Amino acid sequence: MTLPLIIYRSLRQHALSTVITAGSIALACGLLMCVWMVKTQSQAAFTQTTTGFDAVLGARGSKLQLVLNAIFHLEASPGNVAAADFEAVRKHPMIKTAIPIAVGDNLRGYRLVGTVPELFTNVELVPGKKFSVVAGGKVFNPEAKEAVAGSFAAQRLGLKVGDTFRPFHGLAFDAKAEHADDYTITGILAPTNTPADRVVWIPLGGLQTMSGHDAKTATDVSAVLIQLRTPMAGLQLDLLYNKQGNRLTFAYPVGAIVAELFGKIAWFDQVLTLVAYLVALVAAGSVLASIYNSMSARQRDLAILRALGAKRRTIFGAVLAEAACIGALGAVVGFAIYFGLYAGIASLIRAQTGVVLDVAAGHPVLWICPLAMVGLCALGGVVPALKAYRTPVAETLAPVS
Amino acid sequence: MLTVVDLKKSFLSPEGERVEIVSVPEFSLAGGEQLALRGESGSGKTTFLNLIAGILAADSGRVTIDGAEMTALSEAKRDQLRAAKLGYIFQTFNLLQGYTVLENVVLGMSFGPRGADRTHARATLERVGLGHRLDHFPRQLSTGQQQRVAVARALANRPKLVLADEPTGNLDRKHAREALALIREVCREHGAALLLVSHDEEVLSAFETRKDFGVINCALTETRK
Repeated sequence: MTLPLIIYRSLRQHALSTVITAGSIALACGLLMCVWMVKTQSQAAFTQTTTGFDAVLGARGSKLQLVLNAIFHLEASPGNVAAADFEAVRKHPMIKTAIPIAVGDNLRGYRLVGTVPELFTNVELVPGKKFSVVAGGKVFNPEAKEAVAGSFAAQRLGLKVGDTFRPFHGLAFDAKAEHADDYTITGILAPTNTPADRVVWIPLGGLQTMSGHDAKTATDVSAVLIQLRTPMAGLQLDLLYNKQGNRLTFAYPVGAIVAELFGKIAWFDQVLTLVAYLVALVAAGSVLASIYNSMSARQRDLAILRALGAKRRTIFGAVLAEAACIGALGAVVGFAIYFGLYAGIASLIRAQTGVVLDVAAGHPVLWICPLAMVGLCALGGVVPALKAYRTPVAETLAPVS
Repeated sequence: MLTVVDLKKSFLSPEGERVEIVSVPEFSLAGGEQLALRGESGSGKTTFLNLIAGILAADSGRVTIDGAEMTALSEAKRDQLRAAKLGYIFQTFNLLQGYTVLENVVLGMSFGPRGADRTHARATLERVGLGHRLDHFPRQLSTGQQQRVAVARALANRPKLVLADEPTGNLDRKHAREALALIREVCREHGAALLLVSHDEEVLSAFETRKDFGVINCALTETRK
């Protein structure tokens, strides 16, 4: 019990500097873990979020914009796909499923997406899991002015079965841009933890023919979500639409295109990591400074311990262990900071994109980082420990006259 | 119990000269014996005790405690021997201010072979009349009480030899007498030899056996010449 008692009492005696130092370590540890987890989890979540589709066909433009628009319901549509083109894709022998979507309206900031009921009845989001409507509701009738709300949108907008609403024109909410059409909610989708949760779905025809929309484009769709029969088909269609054609863009495979986005913002991620590393270094330095500065005040105590029979290496070990304990304390609090930050960021990402990050996900960084911080702090304790090691007992204990 | 032969220690003065502080050709103390050494301030008494305790390394000579030659040991072994066989009562008590009374005594024991024994530490503190102050911190005690903690700490490990360096120097007459009586009594109970150094005639007069450090320490004799 000797060593724990010495460490405990020393930490108590220097409570303020202990708290400040442990706090800076906690911040560094929490930040490092958070940056790492948000990076890995969001990359994994975004690249795996395909909502069951292999590819997206849209107007000529950026593949990334097309995927963000059609799968993540972010960004504006790059243009329209003519009805004839959609029909050609639908009948293509290499394509298993082709689901059209149309965008351009919102309900108080939540995107309205026009589609066909087959999206909910035929498409598997992940193998073995389709969209399901919460008990008491049903999928909309494609001929009626009905809507099905994603779980997150329904919760935020307070929508329930039987409610009616009027859509607003555009992707951004403008109270003055209200359409004259009245829609009725017929169902609320069970949570899918995908961007589909943030959408209010209405029949394709409803969106195409919404009051105030251009009649000339009433048969166009914004994009076509595609399931392929074989992966080879993706390569052939890529050749067909992207290389040989010049009117449409075939975005395939969806996951790889999203991964490109992360490649583009990798610098930001590196800056954050660098900042976290710097904070970690500063924290380790503060351990060194805080223990070292307290050494003068503690030398008498250390000399007394030596006079009582404590070996030099015991004193050295006690100071080193104290530094490691400050690191461990910081790491524990760092976990609280990590969970708080990560949960906040995950909730923000969910609100903005519908993509759900797994807050309880494990990763080696969650044990490597705290251990590294403890090690770094112990390293920071070496210099003051050496000073403690060299404490001259007789001189220090000489009575002060 | 304690034998000292040709023990020498010198220090470098600020002027760069080597000054001999301790030169004791011969000194001994039997088991359970209580001896008071008279010496003025600056006479090298504390250095002598520190050499016996192995806190300072001697330039030459031998110190043997209970058959173990302190001066032949490495520093780590000296620490071990000190923790096992010696109790040290300092003039300024040298209590650990951030630790409770009980913890001070427990820590004093923990480096010895018996290890930290809270029950025994508590019993020793009860013996010196501080059973009701176990969880107090030194600053919450009177000077006399702090001295009693120092006594309990020095004796809790059942040492063979207790060194007391001006143990009553910071106490008033009444408390000094009480503290001295307590130290002697507890040493007797534990069968520990006691070597006390002081310049206070009243303290010295309480001992049946007294010696003048000036006579034992040849370094002082040389300086006087």
